[in-house]
Amino acid sequence: MADDTEVLVLGGGSTGCGIARDLAMRGLEVTLVERGNLTDGTTGRMHGLLHSGGRYAVSDQASATECIEENEILRDIAGHCVEMTGGLFVQRPEDSNDYFREKLEGCRECGIPARVLSGREARDVEPYLAKDVKRAIEVPDGAVDPFRLCVANAIDAENHGARVETHAEVVDLLRDGDDIYGVKVRHESGPGKHMHAAAAGTEEITADYVVNATGAWAGQIGAMADLEVEVRPSKGVMTIMNVRQVDTVINRCRPKGDADIVVPHETTAILGTTDEEVSDPDDYPEDGWEVDQMIDTLSELVPILEEARTIRSFWGVRPLYEPPGTGTQDPTDITRDFFLLDHDDRDGVTGMSSIVGGKFTTYRAMAEEISDHVCEKLGVSASCATADEPLPGSENIETLEAGMDDFGLRSPIARRSKQRLGSRASEVLETDAANPVICQCEGVTRAEICDAISQSGSDLNAVRIRTRASMGNCQGGFCCQTMANELHPEYDEETVRAALDELFQERWKGERHALWGEQLSQAMLNYALHATTMNRDRDPANAGESNSLEYAAFDGGRSTTEPRADGGR
Amino acid sequence: MAIEDDVLVIGGGLAGVTAALAAAEQSGRVRLVTYKQSTLRHASGLIDVLGYTPDGAGPLVDPFDALEALPEGHPYERVGVEAVREALAFFDEIAGNAYSGSHTDANALVPTHGGTVKPTARYPVSTAAGLASDPQETLLVGFETLPDFEAPLAAAHLEAAGAPFSARGVTLSFPGIARDDAKVTRYAHLLDHDESVATKAGEIGAREALAAAVEPHLENESRVGFPAILGDDRADEVRADLVAALGADVFEIPMGPPSLPGMRLEDLLYRALEDAGVRVTSGVPVIEYETHADDGDRIDHVVVDRNGTEIPYRADQYVLATGGLVGKGVRSERERVFEPIFNCHVSHATDRYDWFVEDVFGDQPYARFGLAPDRDLRPLGADGEPEFSNLRAAGAVLGGYDFAAEKSGAGVSLATGYVAGTRAGEEGER
Repeated sequence: MADDTEVLVLGGGSTGCGIARDLAMRGLEVTLVERGNLTDGTTGRMHGLLHSGGRYAVSDQASATECIEENEILRDIAGHCVEMTGGLFVQRPEDSNDYFREKLEGCRECGIPARVLSGREARDVEPYLAKDVKRAIEVPDGAVDPFRLCVANAIDAENHGARVETHAEVVDLLRDGDDIYGVKVRHESGPGKHMHAAAAGTEEITADYVVNATGAWAGQIGAMADLEVEVRPSKGVMTIMNVRQVDTVINRCRPKGDADIVVPHETTAILGTTDEEVSDPDDYPEDGWEVDQMIDTLSELVPILEEARTIRSFWGVRPLYEPPGTGTQDPTDITRDFFLLDHDDRDGVTGMSSIVGGKFTTYRAMAEEISDHVCEKLGVSASCATADEPLPGSENIETLEAGMDDFGLRSPIARRSKQRLGSRASEVLETDAANPVICQCEGVTRAEICDAISQSGSDLNAVRIRTRASMGNCQGGFCCQTMANELHPEYDEETVRAALDELFQERWKGERHALWGEQLSQAMLNYALHATTMNRDRDPANAGESNSLEYAAFDGGRSTTEPRADGGR
Repeated sequence: MAIEDDVLVIGGGLAGVTAALAAAEQSGRVRLVTYKQSTLRHASGLIDVLGYTPDGAGPLVDPFDALEALPEGHPYERVGVEAVREALAFFDEIAGNAYSGSHTDANALVPTHGGTVKPTARYPVSTAAGLASDPQETLLVGFETLPDFEAPLAAAHLEAAGAPFSARGVTLSFPGIARDDAKVTRYAHLLDHDESVATKAGEIGAREALAAAVEPHLENESRVGFPAILGDDRADEVRADLVAALGADVFEIPMGPPSLPGMRLEDLLYRALEDAGVRVTSGVPVIEYETHADDGDRIDHVVVDRNGTEIPYRADQYVLATGGLVGKGVRSERERVFEPIFNCHVSHATDRYDWFVEDVFGDQPYARFGLAPDRDLRPLGADGEPEFSNLRAAGAVLGGYDFAAEKSGAGVSLATGYVAGTRAGEEGER
C-alpha cells in the first residue's frame, strides 16, 4: 500500500510549521497535523521577543551567535511579522558591574551590535525607566508576532503542496515491529478547514517518515510507541498590559531571575516571565502570585507598571530537554539548545525522529537542520531555501510604506492592516464591498476577518491569531459577536453560535488572572453586554430540542392584550 | 460657603435620576451631581425587572411572583414587592408614551441584536411592534456597514429560539452613508433631519430612500425590524414615516454601545429632572466628605472637584447612586474591592482568585460586588450597622444580586432609587 505522504510532521507550532515549509519547498510531500489551532502550544504562549542573542551572550555563546544570525534572516524573510524595536539591558544600582562588563564583552564576541548608554541616555530612549537606572547596553532585540509568523510558514507550506490539518489530535502511533509508519488522528470536526458541529472521526495517515515536533508534548507522543523522550516542561507566566509603556525591549542586566523582561508588542507590552518545572504540560497550576511578583519586580525597572492596566495573563510551557545524566536542578540552567533524537540510533526504532528543546528565534535554523536529517534518511538531495525566500506577506515589503489612504480606510487602520498583511495587503483589502472596522481596539476590518475565515473555517480563534481581532483592551467583549456575524451565511446559525461561544469563553480564560481595576470593570461590562443586552447566557436556542418556551404566555403588546385601567398595578 | 440642599444625589444614571425625582416629590431642594457620562449609553434602553430567578429559572412570565421568594439581602427583598410596583408606576408616569408594557404584569420577550430573545418588563415604544411573543411574520433589515447586526443570522437565530413566527433577514446598503465606519449617531441624524441623499431615483429624503430600499424585499411580512438607529430626537416621526411608506409595522432591535435607545432614555430622564426643578451639576467628581462636628455618623458635606477647585456641597440627606464596577461606583485593586467616595464596606473574598469562576456565564462572584444595605437602603458596615445615618444607596452600587444573569438591572435601579429618594426626601424636608 502506498503511503499517504512522504513526511508527516506532528505539531503545528513554529518548529513544526517551519519544518513543513522547509520540506515542502524542497519538493517533498508533507502532511502536518496539530491537535488544536496552529500555535496552540508553546508558540502562541511566548512573549514575542525576537532575540538579538544578548540574553545568552554570557551563559551560552553558541546560542547567542545563532540568535543574531537568525534575527537578521527573519528581518529579511518575515519583515511583516517583525518590529525592530531595539532592546536595552538595564543595570540598576544593586546589579553587578562585573556582569554588565561580561554582557558587553559577550555581545561583542558573538557579533551582536552593542553600545553602552548612560542612565540619562537610556531614559532619553525610554522615559519611563526608573530614575535610578545606572546604565544600559543597547542591542538589536525586536518584537515578533509568533501567530503571524507561524501561520505564514503553514500557508507557504500549503502553497508548496503540503496538507495542514488542525484540530487533528494524534491518538496513536502506527508501529509495525521496529518501524513507525504513521499515526492515527482524531479529527475534532472532520478533516479540512475546521468547522464547528461537523462530524468527527478518526483517520490513519501513513508516511515514509514521521517528525515529532510537539515540543513539551514530545514525551507523550513518544510514549505511544513505548519510546522515552524525557522533555522537562517548564512553565512561565506572561502578563499583557493595555498600552506600550516602553517602545524598546527592556531586559534586566543580571545573571538570571524571574520577571526580567518587558516586550512592546503591537499596541501592548508583555511582561515576562518565570521558569518552573511542571510534570504535565496540559495541567499545571496558574498561580496569581506569579502575576503579582512579575508586576512588582518589573516595576523596579519601569515604575508606572505598578499602576498600569493589565488585560490578561497566560502561561506557556517550554519544551526543555537535556541529555540524560546532566541532572540540572534549576530549569533556568537547562540549555535552550535543541536536540534531534533519532529513534533509530537511540532506540532501534526506525521511521521517526523527535525534536526537543530550542527557542522561537531560531525555529528556522532548527527546521533546516531537521529537514536535512529527514532528507538524508529518505535519500533526497534537495537543499534548504528558507533563509532566502520571503514568507507570504513579506515579499516586496517596501510597497507597504506607499500611500496611507489606500483602500478607503482611515489612516491608522490602514497602516495597521498593511503592517499585519504585509505584501498581501492589496489582495485582501482591495474590495468593492463595504469594509467596516470589526474590532475597534486593534483596527481590524471585515476584509481581513473574511480573509482569515477563508483560510481557517469557522474557528474564530484561528481568525483571532491571524488578525489580532479581539486581542485588545476589551478582550472581545465588543467584537466577538461581530466577528461571528462574518461567518454567516457561509456557516449556518448553529455553527456560528458554537463558534462565538468558543471564542468568548477563550477570551475570558486569559482575563481571569488579571481581574482587578480597569480590567475587572471591563469584564463586568462584557458580561453585561452579552448576558443583559443579548441574553446569551440564557439563550432559549441553546435549549435545543427541549426548547418549549411558551411565547404566548408573555406580553404580546397592546394589540393582543386589552389595556388595563390600573396601569398594571 | 457650602452649597446647601435638602437632598443631594450622587450619580446620574437610572438609579440616581429616579432617586432625585422621587426626592423632589417630597422635598424642596434636590441636587444631582454626576461625573462621567452615565452607563445608560451602554444599555439597551429596556427596563428589565426580573427575567430569571437567582437559581436560573425562567424566563419568568410574571416577575412579581418570583420577587416574593428572593433571598434575604437581595435589593428587591430589602425594599419589598410593593415598592417595586410603586417604582414601576413612577417610571411609567415619567416615561409617558415613550415606553410600553405597563398594561400587564407579564414580561415581554424582546428580540436581541444577537438574534435571541430576552424577557423585560417595559420597552421603548420603538421596539413595541417587534415583540417575539407577538406572532406576526417578520422581516429583519441589516446594513452592510453596520456589522453588529447580521439580519439573516438573527432571523435564523430567532427560529432556533423557537419564536412563533417566521423571520427572514436581508442586508442592504444604507442610502446616504458613504463611510464604511460611520457612527450610529450619524445614521440617526440623517433620518432625524431627513437629509436629502443621492439615489437612482435622484435626490430624495433619507426616510423615503430607506423605505424605497427596503420595499422590494418585503414579501408577506406585516412588520419590519431595524437595528436601533431610527432617529434620535425625532424617532417617532422617523418611524411613522417608514410605517406609512412600507405599509407595515416598524420596530427597532436594541443594540450594544453606543445605544440610541439608552441615550433617548437618558434624554427623557434629564428632561424630567428639569421639569421637577432638580438642580443638576454635571462633569464633577465627588472626591471626599466630612462628617458632622458633633456626630461622626452623620455626613455634613461632600467636596466636589470642579476644574481643580474644591467646592463643598452640603445637604441634609445623601443618596449614593454611582453605579457598580462598570460605572466605577465600585472599584478594585489587586487586593481589595472598595467604594471610592465614602469607603463604605464591600464584602469580597480576600483571594482574588475567588472573585470569579471558570465559566464566563457561570455564577460569577464579582457580579455581586457592592454595598449591603438595611431595609431603609442605608449601607451597612462590616459590623452590620449603618455606615452613616443620612446616607442611602441605590442601583448598581448595591451588591447581592447579579443583574446580568437575572435581567434585573433597571428594575433594581428604579426600585431602590425610588425608595432611597422618597425616604431621603421625607427626612430631608425641613
